[in-house]
Amino acid sequence: MNELRTILGDVVTRLFTALVSKDLLESAERGEWPAALWQAVEENGLTLPLVPESKGGAGGTWGDAFVVIRAAGRHAVPLPLAETIVGSWLLSGAGLDAPSGPLTIAPARRADTLRLARAGAGWRLSGSAARVPWGGAAHHVVVVAEAEGRPMVALAARGAAVTRDQNLAREPRDTLVFDGSPVVAAAPAARGVPASAVWLYGALARSAQIAGGLDYLLRQASQYATERRQFGKPIGSFQVIQQNLAVLAGHTAAADTAAANAFRAADRGDAAFEIAAAKVRVGEAAGVGASIAHQTHGAIGFTYEHALQFVTRRLWSWRAEFGGEGDWAVELGRAVAERGADALWPHLTAR
Amino acid sequence: MQTFRFALGELPPAAEALRAEVREFLRRELGDAPPVLRAHSWGGFDRAFSRKMGARGWIAMTWPKRYGGHERSALERYVVLEEMLAAGAPVSAHWIADRQSGPLLLRFGTEAQREKFLPVIARGELSFAIGMSEPDSGSDLASLRTRAERVAGGYRVNGTKVWTSNAHLADYMIATFRTHHDPARKHEGLTQFLVDTKLPGITMSPIIDLAGSHHFNMVVFEDAFVPEDMRVGEEGAGWKQVTTELAFERSGPERYLSSFALLLELIRAVSKDPGERAAATVGRLVAHLATLRQMSLSVALMLEAGENPNLEAAVVKDVGTTFEQEVPEVVHALLGIEPTIDSGSDLQQVLGFLMQRAPSFSLRGGTREILRGIIARGLGLR
Repeated sequence: MNELRTILGDVVTRLFTALVSKDLLESAERGEWPAALWQAVEENGLTLPLVPESKGGAGGTWGDAFVVIRAAGRHAVPLPLAETIVGSWLLSGAGLDAPSGPLTIAPARRADTLRLARAGAGWRLSGSAARVPWGGAAHHVVVVAEAEGRPMVALAARGAAVTRDQNLAREPRDTLVFDGSPVVAAAPAARGVPASAVWLYGALARSAQIAGGLDYLLRQASQYATERRQFGKPIGSFQVIQQNLAVLAGHTAAADTAAANAFRAADRGDAAFEIAAAKVRVGEAAGVGASIAHQTHGAIGFTYEHALQFVTRRLWSWRAEFGGEGDWAVELGRAVAERGADALWPHLTAR
Repeated sequence: MQTFRFALGELPPAAEALRAEVREFLRRELGDAPPVLRAHSWGGFDRAFSRKMGARGWIAMTWPKRYGGHERSALERYVVLEEMLAAGAPVSAHWIADRQSGPLLLRFGTEAQREKFLPVIARGELSFAIGMSEPDSGSDLASLRTRAERVAGGYRVNGTKVWTSNAHLADYMIATFRTHHDPARKHEGLTQFLVDTKLPGITMSPIIDLAGSHHFNMVVFEDAFVPEDMRVGEEGAGWKQVTTELAFERSGPERYLSSFALLLELIRAVSKDPGERAAATVGRLVAHLATLRQMSLSVALMLEAGENPNLEAAVVKDVGTTFEQEVPEVVHALLGIEPTIDSGSDLQQVLGFLMQRAPSFSLRGGTREILRGIIARGLGLR
């Protein structure tokens, strides 16, 4: 990791540690928009890592974005930060300006299709997209849709109609309905960006968030095991707890590696293989990790009072968002089968 | 708590350039070796193959030239290893010497020992076994009892080693004996020796594994004389040397590729028309495999950079062997075909071989429980 990235990591960790308190998470769960947190994140230049400096961004790489998104996951940051990072990248790749303020991306489900059609000098958007992260709170929605035979990126104002919903962690997951609404701007997507880019890069973002969440679980559970005493000694001195936490450490390390590898591939270009592998590996780690962290914490970890649940509930939702392990495993498996057995090793080592 | 670091990195162009050369060599050498043979992975013993590897300069790659080495980078060596294992090449005749015994001598051996043994190992002409475990000393390695008593000009050895893989084929073994006994300090008093497997006073008998194969041995020492100049390192330094030696072997590609031949046969079997279930199964295994390769590579890069990734290496071995053991289970769950010995399809035979081999993956070179204890220590739990 280069030095700048280390500094970036320190900045986000300090910022989130200071601002993402238990009170803030609870108020966000009650539906309050954490405006001060958003402002601090934006002022620190964390929202546009992949937008060129000439366009007001940080001019960074997916590797930089990984640091920010992973930290956001680790601290359960209740903002569409990952979505803004992906959305602004899509916009700038299409030569469009990224507006300030929170962005979201749509469609978030593979079953939903949004239609973009030319209308005079501009474009209109129609269709409905469910489970859009912060669909109601984000100022703009970045949509990727196929139009006139090619993937287009469109910047739309909040949908004509918003139906509020939420995920397990009470993060907004809203349904947006576009009824031939005019978009702010639209342009062909950057070369290599597929029509399924929101699905693909949404999965990429979630993989980093989950990796961050697992890092929290590992540290928190290890810490708790050294503090909590039963039978006259810290529970972490029992081999059975040690073995469980070692398993959690393995999944955490694998999740981190898989996610980081996918972000690195995104910097190189075609990252479909690595993103699919990451979402599968990280999603599996999320389930095992949440289970071990809870088992280690006993009953206290099962309470709303204890902060553990802010992360475990997110992991249970995030692993299913933008495709669960099953979806991505099928996609990956089909691609592998199509290339054939003899191509597997050469393919792996060429990535 | 210590933090785990699996920083990603790229293999240097020189290492990648080597890959093509190794693949071409393997294509020629292995030809149409049947999958079940390739599934033996680093268990296949073939002296002729090892000599060819030596001639290519692919043994002792990182050692100094004055000892017959080639002074290439650890990453070039890594590429050769992973290509060998992915192809299922029979590397066993030089594997132990290249991975453990040679590096041990480089580090702790005398100049005379290095000059005598290393060039021959580098040529692929000297095969080593490891004599560590004893009937009453498995995971509790410090409780070793085989005695090496000082006598004129050397040591007289009495005791028994077990699970000594390929000792019946090897020329030498690096054995750890007790030279001093103090029940209060059992980690002290252990010493390592170079033992000629043909020495008088050594009796070997096979220990047949559950599949009926002979690779393990029981090695009994009865007043076997080991000359003084065959001692490796100082008397009593054995424990430190052994733990260093074990760390050499934790994170390599051999810790996640043992079932690779089965994954290939699975893909071959379903690739024409993978249903959703088969595709999901293959995809999941490949996701694990791809991640493990990056983790293992990351440790190799850290080693090359002079760091000390002991904890990361333990994690790779634990996660890697878990994966290797899962592959036969997953294939069984998906296809429900019968595992066979030498009948049926390639897939059935590879499944049969690896199903019976898999229990050893999390035993050899330190059990899963011991490894997880090491990881837990890194987490600050002990």
